[in-house]
Amino acid sequence: MSLKGKAAITGVGDTRYSRQSGKSVTTLQMEASLAAVRDAGLDPKDIDGIIAYGSMAVVAEDYITNFGIADLRFSAVTPLGGASAVSSIQCAAAAVAAGICNHVLIPISRNGSSGAGGRIGSRVREMPQFRLIGEFEMPLGAIAPAQLYAPMARRHMELYGTTSRQLAEIAVSTRHNAILNGNAMMTKPLSIEDHQASRMISDPLRLYDCSLESDGACAFIVSSMERAQDCAKPVIQVLGVAEGHPDSPSAITQRPDLTRLGLAKAAPKAFAMAGVTHDDIDVAEVYDCFTYIVLCQLEDLGFCKKGEGGAFVQSGAIRLGGKLPINTHGGLLSQAHMAGFNHVVELARQLRGEAGQAQVADARIGLVTGYGDMGDGSIAICARA
Amino acid sequence: MNAYDYGKPTPDPTADTQAYWDGMKQGKLLLQTCSDCGTIRHYPRPVCPACYSMEHRWTEAKGTGTVHSWTISHHAFHPGFKGELPYILVTVDLAEGVRMQAQLKGADASVLKVGLPVRIAFEAATKDLTLPVFVVA
Repeated sequence: MSLKGKAAITGVGDTRYSRQSGKSVTTLQMEASLAAVRDAGLDPKDIDGIIAYGSMAVVAEDYITNFGIADLRFSAVTPLGGASAVSSIQCAAAAVAAGICNHVLIPISRNGSSGAGGRIGSRVREMPQFRLIGEFEMPLGAIAPAQLYAPMARRHMELYGTTSRQLAEIAVSTRHNAILNGNAMMTKPLSIEDHQASRMISDPLRLYDCSLESDGACAFIVSSMERAQDCAKPVIQVLGVAEGHPDSPSAITQRPDLTRLGLAKAAPKAFAMAGVTHDDIDVAEVYDCFTYIVLCQLEDLGFCKKGEGGAFVQSGAIRLGGKLPINTHGGLLSQAHMAGFNHVVELARQLRGEAGQAQVADARIGLVTGYGDMGDGSIAICARA
Repeated sequence: MNAYDYGKPTPDPTADTQAYWDGMKQGKLLLQTCSDCGTIRHYPRPVCPACYSMEHRWTEAKGTGTVHSWTISHHAFHPGFKGELPYILVTVDLAEGVRMQAQLKGADASVLKVGLPVRIAFEAATKDLTLPVFVVA
């Protein structure tokens, strides 16, 4: 048995993304969750499973009180940071395939730009999976993700000749898509030269290699294939789904191959489960906390060989109209940092034909990835049924 | 806030790691070595990944290695590092086969390359806390 065809994404919703929401994370999350429920054509009480975003303030219990859910039958947390959204698809698909529940709501909200809760560095340190980083790297000055991930990018550059201008192509094409989206924080055109002139944060990562800090919320619903037929929108079937954890998952410094992420383990499993090839993928939403992480994932996904990601992106392949359009919503780099939950929302919209000006013509099969913590990876391959 | 506090992030050692920091204070780089199979591991952890033994001893490393990768920080993510910008962090393959990270001191970024030989040095941050740094060998 596999999870192929056992579950579907039936509802998606989001709030406005901004630097200052002026709302609580609970209010933001309920707003996005209700939008997802209505998008699916469901009643809030129909939700009988919740996967809460681990470190955030809103928990499954909040939905029992706000939605009046009489019999919540499944709750879980997938603690993979930015890979949580896509790993939650796997978790939810398993739950609905087993008959535990019918409709699993998977939401996130954050006041990541305006809110209290501390800067990224201090927040990271409090998470148990980063205990070793907190003890052995932060005291030396390696504190934020940009600093922890930069040695992976530098190693890739030294081994394969990858350049900053190639990373810039990812930032530029993503910004182009954000401008088309209508709900993106970054709306000013960006050029390769703008990227090259932006200040260095942690070499080789410049400002425009880094994602945003955002306020907002989004949510999606994973339903059993059987119950998906009751929903309002075209059924977006989950064909293949997997998660993978890198070697030395809690310390990049100790990882045997710095250029290989957990996604490299997950991707072949998801493609095999789905029974599709790379040429079948019409659109891909690829987790983009940093430009380099996109480039590395394109290799780990198998769209090009290890070391060839720079040439692949420079070819224009990832632009709208290219052979593999990616991050058609503007991603974490230019739409908003919703930890990749917005990537799932965008994939569903693309496969339904609801992606507006950034719609990929006749997109039928697509994939979404997550990347989290120090290299956890997840992937879902979906298709319009 | 802990015993080491001095306005920068500090380690918060556990029973599994205290010996490493005690070694630093004495100018020694100590690595966990499996008492049963001899495999050296870093960062410290309770179980040997080669034979699952929970017995270990601490052995002094040579303190030499080569650069595996690096980053140069131009932004202070903690106010304690503002005065040091830009600073170089190197990821080093130690002679013992494990890696460690530390700042590279006394060298310009232009010398950086994969394979650059380095050796460890020790810098007292406070009277109780000593941190490792690397210098070009």
